[in-house]
Amino acid sequence: MSNKKNWPLWEVFVRSKAGLNHRHSGSLHAADAEMALEMARDVYTRRSEGVSIWVVESKSIKASDPDNKDSLFEPANDKIYRHPTFYDLPDEVKHM
Amino acid sequence: MPDAYRKTLIRQISQHAHSEIVGMLPEANWITRAPSLTRKVALLAKVQDEAGHGLYLYSSCETLGIERDDTIEDLHSGKAKYSSIFNYPTLTWADIGAIGWLVDGAAIMNQVPLCRCSYGPYSRAMIRVCKEESFHQRQGFSIMLKMANGTAEQKRMAQDAINRWWWPALKMFGPSDSDSEHSAQSMKWKIKRFSNDELRQRFLDMTVPQCHLLGCEVPDPDLKFNESTGHWEMGEIDWEEFWNVVKGKGKCNRQRLKARKGAYDKGEWVRDAALAYAEKKRQRKAASVAA
Ligand SMILES: [Fe+2]
Ligand SMILES: [Fe+2]
Repeated sequence: MSNKKNWPLWEVFVRSKAGLNHRHSGSLHAADAEMALEMARDVYTRRSEGVSIWVVESKSIKASDPDNKDSLFEPANDKIYRHPTFYDLPDEVKHM
Repeated sequence: MPDAYRKTLIRQISQHAHSEIVGMLPEANWITRAPSLTRKVALLAKVQDEAGHGLYLYSSCETLGIERDDTIEDLHSGKAKYSSIFNYPTLTWADIGAIGWLVDGAAIMNQVPLCRCSYGPYSRAMIRVCKEESFHQRQGFSIMLKMANGTAEQKRMAQDAINRWWWPALKMFGPSDSDSEHSAQSMKWKIKRFSNDELRQRFLDMTVPQCHLLGCEVPDPDLKFNESTGHWEMGEIDWEEFWNVVKGKGKCNRQRLKARKGAYDKGEWVRDAALAYAEKKRQRKAASVAA
């Protein structure tokens, strides 16, 4: 690894239309947040892909550990009573 | 993630990234000489896209835990390769047409299957890239159409560009399957989904009729259509020429690397200044909060 001081890495999130969520588009290097926004505009919205951009320094993101995938997400798998289809209702019940 | 898989991906993705970046050089040569404002903004937009492609790919490479600097260092030291296609010169405006049509066309053929490759960050980058590529190929073909239907001199330039780019474009798919060092393993890992020869054949079948539509000749005396298979069959590829260019003996290898290194070195003070300015702004803000 080089010992040069590099521009930090930023994650870019773009909202494609008013009313939709910001979605992760990719990442880029920039000296600061303002520059990251400007570059994100040029890199990720050259064809009107967005109406709003968020940039977050990558090191600020805490991600779940893929090795913990089972212990984190497996417990939801057997809780079928959390889904509407679990409940059998008579056909006469309308609008539910 | 198995280490060999990771190393293969780093090699492939970083070399792909370098190709996008070095690939800007032959075309940039013609931005200021484009024959009209429309052609100029289109070429400018295309070259800007290629810079973006390089960036998407460097970013996806970084998810494998390698620093951007290190990959660039490998390019500059000659340890990492980029696509040999960019070591040929762009002599006339028709070359810009031929590059968009043939070189981007071959790149698309290679890249579409990568949209479904096994490594998510690479496949996502490829989806974005492929969305942008079709404009590249169409603007190139539209240049060729214009020239092929132009004056005698323009037609001659179009044919000359095809003569020079045809074979290098076919070589972009890499050596024959039997001679390809990494092919089999990459297929197993689902990084690669079709063999070099398969993709080359598809490209040939697509492109020969397009060349005829231009009213131009395919520079391959052995080219023939096989009625029973429904495929075009090409003559022998000169692999010795290919390996020569890979090994650095192409017309522009030295010039391209020199341009890349020069741009990087000359940009160093800008990168440093931007960091220093960001740090100054941060300190000012901290001081005003404290006050
Ligand atoms: Fe590209
Ligand atoms: Fe392209």
